Amino acid sequence: MNFNRPERSHMSVDKATVARIAHLARIGVAEEQLRPLAAELSGILQWIEQLNEVDTDAVAPMASVHDEALRWRKDVVDDGGKQAEIIANAPDGVNGFFAVPKVIE
Amino acid sequence: MVEKSLMNNYVEGDTGPWEVVIGLEVHAQVTSQSKLFSGAATAFGAEPNSQVSLVDAGMPGMLPVINEVAVEQAVRSGLGLNAKINTYSVFDRKNYFYADLPQGYQISQYLQPIVGEGVITVDLEDGRSRDIGIERLHLEQDAGKSIHDRHPTKTYVDLNRSGVALMEIVSKPDMRTAEEAGAYVRKVRTILRYLGTCDGNMEEGSMRADVNVSVRRPGEALGTRAEIKNVNSVRFMQQAIAYETGRQIDILEAGGSIDQETRLFDAQSGTTRPMRSKEEAHDYRYFPDPDLLPLEFSDAFIERIRRTLPELPDAKKQRYMDAMGLSVHDAQVLVSEREIAAFFEQVAQGRDPKIAANWVQGEFFAQLSKAERDIADSPVSADQLGGLIDLIADSTISGKIAKDVLVSMFESGQDAAAIVAEKGLKQVSDSGVIEAEIDKVIAVNPDKVAEFQGGKDKVLGWFVGQIMQATKGKANPQMVNQLLRGKLKA
Amino acid sequence: MAELTELGISEARDLLAKGALSSRELTESHISAMAESSALNAMVTETPEIALAMADASDERRAKGGSGALEGIPLAIKDLFCTKGVLTTAGSHILDGFRPPYESTVTANLWQAGAVMLGKTNMDEFAMGSSNETSYYGAVQNPWRRHGDNRALVPGGSSGGSATAVSGRFAMGATATDTGGSIRQPASFTGTVGCKPTYGRCSRWGVVAFASSLDQAGPITRSVRDNAIMLGAMAGYDPKDATSANVALPDFEAALTGDARGLKIGVPKEYVLDGMPGEIEALWQRGIGWLRAAGAEIIDISLPHTKYALPTYYIVAPAEASSNLARYDGVRFGLRMPGDDLTEMYENTRAAGFGPEVRRRVLIGTYVLSAGYYDAYYLKAQKVRRLIAQDFRDVFASVDAILTPSTPSAAFAFGDKADDPIAMYLNDVFTVPANLAGLPGISLPAGLSDDGLPLGLQVLAPAFDEETMFRVAGLLEEAAAFNEAPTQWWRSR
Repeated sequence: MNFNRPERSHMSVDKATVARIAHLARIGVAEEQLRPLAAELSGILQWIEQLNEVDTDAVAPMASVHDEALRWRKDVVDDGGKQAEIIANAPDGVNGFFAVPKVIE
Repeated sequence: MVEKSLMNNYVEGDTGPWEVVIGLEVHAQVTSQSKLFSGAATAFGAEPNSQVSLVDAGMPGMLPVINEVAVEQAVRSGLGLNAKINTYSVFDRKNYFYADLPQGYQISQYLQPIVGEGVITVDLEDGRSRDIGIERLHLEQDAGKSIHDRHPTKTYVDLNRSGVALMEIVSKPDMRTAEEAGAYVRKVRTILRYLGTCDGNMEEGSMRADVNVSVRRPGEALGTRAEIKNVNSVRFMQQAIAYETGRQIDILEAGGSIDQETRLFDAQSGTTRPMRSKEEAHDYRYFPDPDLLPLEFSDAFIERIRRTLPELPDAKKQRYMDAMGLSVHDAQVLVSEREIAAFFEQVAQGRDPKIAANWVQGEFFAQLSKAERDIADSPVSADQLGGLIDLIADSTISGKIAKDVLVSMFESGQDAAAIVAEKGLKQVSDSGVIEAEIDKVIAVNPDKVAEFQGGKDKVLGWFVGQIMQATKGKANPQMVNQLLRGKLKA
Repeated sequence: MAELTELGISEARDLLAKGALSSRELTESHISAMAESSALNAMVTETPEIALAMADASDERRAKGGSGALEGIPLAIKDLFCTKGVLTTAGSHILDGFRPPYESTVTANLWQAGAVMLGKTNMDEFAMGSSNETSYYGAVQNPWRRHGDNRALVPGGSSGGSATAVSGRFAMGATATDTGGSIRQPASFTGTVGCKPTYGRCSRWGVVAFASSLDQAGPITRSVRDNAIMLGAMAGYDPKDATSANVALPDFEAALTGDARGLKIGVPKEYVLDGMPGEIEALWQRGIGWLRAAGAEIIDISLPHTKYALPTYYIVAPAEASSNLARYDGVRFGLRMPGDDLTEMYENTRAAGFGPEVRRRVLIGTYVLSAGYYDAYYLKAQKVRRLIAQDFRDVFASVDAILTPSTPSAAFAFGDKADDPIAMYLNDVFTVPANLAGLPGISLPAGLSDDGLPLGLQVLAPAFDEETMFRVAGLLEEAAAFNEAPTQWWRSR
């Protein structure tokens, strides 16, 4: 078996795209990191694109690992009532609430 | 300047007619004890974060397990909306960040919802009906609640609602007026309440609607729509549609274009404005939730639920009209709530349905609203109201006395018969007694007798009034009339 | 008492049962070995007090006649398993100070079976890595070194701390998790036995999620028998995990029959890599020879889509991870970095909280799910994934198990591959297919490389047939007679 490492070096992901997905993922990325990240992600994506060699026209996507249906639980209240535990780890918890910087809708 | 045309529902702008296109996304809280994917309670109004499981708080390593009642309720609702039930559906993650969305995604159904297309008939004020298409119904988690007004620089987050099961019912863009949209929401609410799948309580947020509004020139392709959120009553929804229609027509007529955006309804000003926090374009990155397998059930499961469906409002209305002879209006009012229909049917049991219908939606509703009570906690039961109607039917009391008796019933909770006996309100139908009273009145009013005999028929009413006054209203009105005419003619 | 740390679980179990040894003695010896092994950086948190309390409780239970399958056995727990009241970091800065108010199902099962917790093991951040270099708590060192070469080597990853604790003789066994090879690859690099059971065999409840459709917990031990014992205690149906399999839990230890008769072993031609070291190929051939000699039938098989397993994995796993890691937002637990508004708070928190590899994968995952790319990447990968799973289904119609090398090389030195993500990803080339297909796989040490490092063989079996997997692994273990151990150069006293 032989792994085709991409030889082309065109960038499939540009700086603006990295900035956009970083914002979607809510990860702050400094301006000077955008270009190296774009190069890195482009490299990985080009390597991934070898999947295009596979004919999947007649293949259904794998929905779950084993062919099983979802199990259901009874409609019973058996959880909750633990406010202290729920907010115990919160960086900012006030009067039983979580607190975050003010949001203006 | 925007004017409404009555004939075709078009809105007249300065440059010609516009057609308004409305689609609704109704979010209905599933009636269940516990949440969609956790065992925490769904009750309204608890202490902050007290009805929250580790799953609802999005703690690391927590996993969702689906509530069977939520599945049943969704199927039940789908059947009530005459919709296709999908025996295979998939839960997807809708990814976005928000303070009250603890997992960083909402578990919802995107490409393969549990319920597909359906249709419901809505009833309009003028007695017309219209069919409105249902696009789909899917199950999803509610988010928590952000509270912005408790602290100057912080937003507080309460996750009690986080994970509560919602049904999102998406209509087709089939509505053309605010009235139709209102009728649609009311009809969906009525159906869900009949089914017992959502309590329809808009004040507590168990039913909310997002409204999609666009305008177009008649016959043209759909315009760009705005989605209006935060609409929590039918009245507000209609206000929001009216405002949004005007706004869009004004922009278009001024040569502008509509942005596809999410707008927030402000109940105080009756206007809509763009949501600041969601300005950026959304990219929800839906994908099947790998923590959940596909949701599957058999046709037998659907049939089992179908067999337990109650008679739904449309069928009931038809039956009231066909089998009981009620008018469209009466039938419509009586089927508007399952409890009212049940009350009415109990009253009508073994009685004249038309009289029962008149009493239920006439005097009874008036007294109920005066007492500020719901039908569920009415001080007068259906059997008691039936008892009152029986006393009219067998001539024990007159209809007029009956209205007073009903007032007493609301005050005391006593049966009609007991009040009639206690207050001596039994109708006087003894012709001897009535004739004696007539004779007395005739004797002292020869001038009035002469007037009547001279052709002034109206004087009869004066005589009736005198007799009724003398008998404290208890004289049988038909007998008074009949006997008076006989005596006066003589 | 140093020799107590040389005992295997099954041997200790017998001594404990006879009353020749107490859990306290056994635990104390491991606690001191652990304390003396800090140079390896295998532990994020050591919990000696908890360990001693649990050991005493175990001795008491035993005195009263009660004993579970792992009664009194001291274990290390990968820091991906939530442990009630005990710091749980997933190797990440973003879970700073997080003390879960709950216990994962797998660890709860272990405590139910009588096991003792020594502490939490270091790991690649959020289990993303094949060398343990991505941990916020610093890299773990492999106890093994090359002959005549003092350079520190990676222990593999992501369960490098667990593998090191077991290989370094300061835990009798350790929990681990495997999303693309994170149990089997470090086991191979450290001369230990690591098994990833069938997807759904061990509950994922309370295990910090990396990629939900691939993650599976399993044990790392020093023998196949110990592995079977420990997996039996970890596994089992859990109604709190919708993907947990409601199937019978066999007695895995009983599957170690030592009998090869009737076994058909598949050898996939696609697992021969261009440029693979000759010693890996030679080890594989030795393994084939041992099984044939024991009486098994060797069958050449083909798994045609093997080549596409890694790229498929590097779409599916980051996609799921990008969503699974969205909950680390500084609101309810862990690190928060201030910001002027909510979005800035998120961006600052997640920039500071996630290391470069996690950031890389979250960005890749976000990209492949984003509008316009979903079909080309994610959907495509899920289709190829079906083909990969189908390849296995097809061959398991004619073979009972598959034999492959565990990794394409022995342990490498720090920094060797850290600058080239794809070279690092290639480490998992033999292990990833089992994750994609949800199959059980085990790596066991079968020999040393030319420069004296352990090398592993991998046995794959059909879904929920860990018994055959253990049976074959037992045969290989016996034939290989691997009894090398690292010299304990790191021990401080």
